[in-house]
Amino acid sequence: MKFAIQVNEGPYQHQATDSAYQFAKAALDAGHEIMRVFFYHDGVNNGTNLTTPPQDDRNIVNRWSELGKAHDLDLVVCVAAAQRRGIVDEGEMQRNGKDAQNIADGFRISGLGQLIEAGIQSERLMVFGD
Amino acid sequence: MSETIKKFMYLNRRAPYGTIYAWESLEVVLIGAAFDQDVSLAFIGDGVYQLLEGQDTSESDMKNFSTTYKALGDYDVTKLYVEKESLEERGLTLDDLMPLTWEDEDDDWAEKDSIRLVSRAELADVLDDQDIVYSF
Repeated sequence: MKFAIQVNEGPYQHQATDSAYQFAKAALDAGHEIMRVFFYHDGVNNGTNLTTPPQDDRNIVNRWSELGKAHDLDLVVCVAAAQRRGIVDEGEMQRNGKDAQNIADGFRISGLGQLIEAGIQSERLMVFGD
Repeated sequence: MSETIKKFMYLNRRAPYGTIYAWESLEVVLIGAAFDQDVSLAFIGDGVYQLLEGQDTSESDMKNFSTTYKALGDYDVTKLYVEKESLEERGLTLDDLMPLTWEDEDDDWAEKDSIRLVSRAELADVLDDQDIVYSF
């Protein structure tokens, strides 16, 4: 099965991203394909490398980066939602005159068209959030 | 843009200004309109408040995006399902909502209502018929 995943909530505050991660991992382990993970609303906060959780807890951001690297996942952060919430890559930094970037390894910032395309091209779109 | 045509449903469940979901849902709808899919919106629960006539956010300093719903017809987004029970549970009727219309180019540009009042059971069938449900 060819899945796409939408994550609508930020890390730690809400279980959505944990559930999405566990689902993605289980699906990949079972031989399914994840064609894209799209982070929307506060879900874009899963893609900041400034996250520093206590050492005795899971690192949600790194976990996504590692899963992405292991399976060549397309981890996409919505640009409009990211601009509101301060998630910035090199291009956004230059475009908006910021002096820093914080996009985590393996994530990329792109438009909402990527979410629509994920809906069209996948066989199932899984939405994680309230 | 794509040869595949799927039935896309945007399910709106929340009031317009308490959280950003309603507005960011609308942003997806506007972008998605360029993809030429078979698009519907549904409003259930507190989501019906999104379509209330006469929204005024001037005192709360939040962006009033209610006029965007009136532009949906121009984006060929013409099917807006509103759940009857959700309105009734909140003491509302169709008359409390914005009149939303679209122009049918296949019918001499006749102005037609975009809002389709449906029962909970009818909406369940509509949802069952979709390929993709974006839930906000």
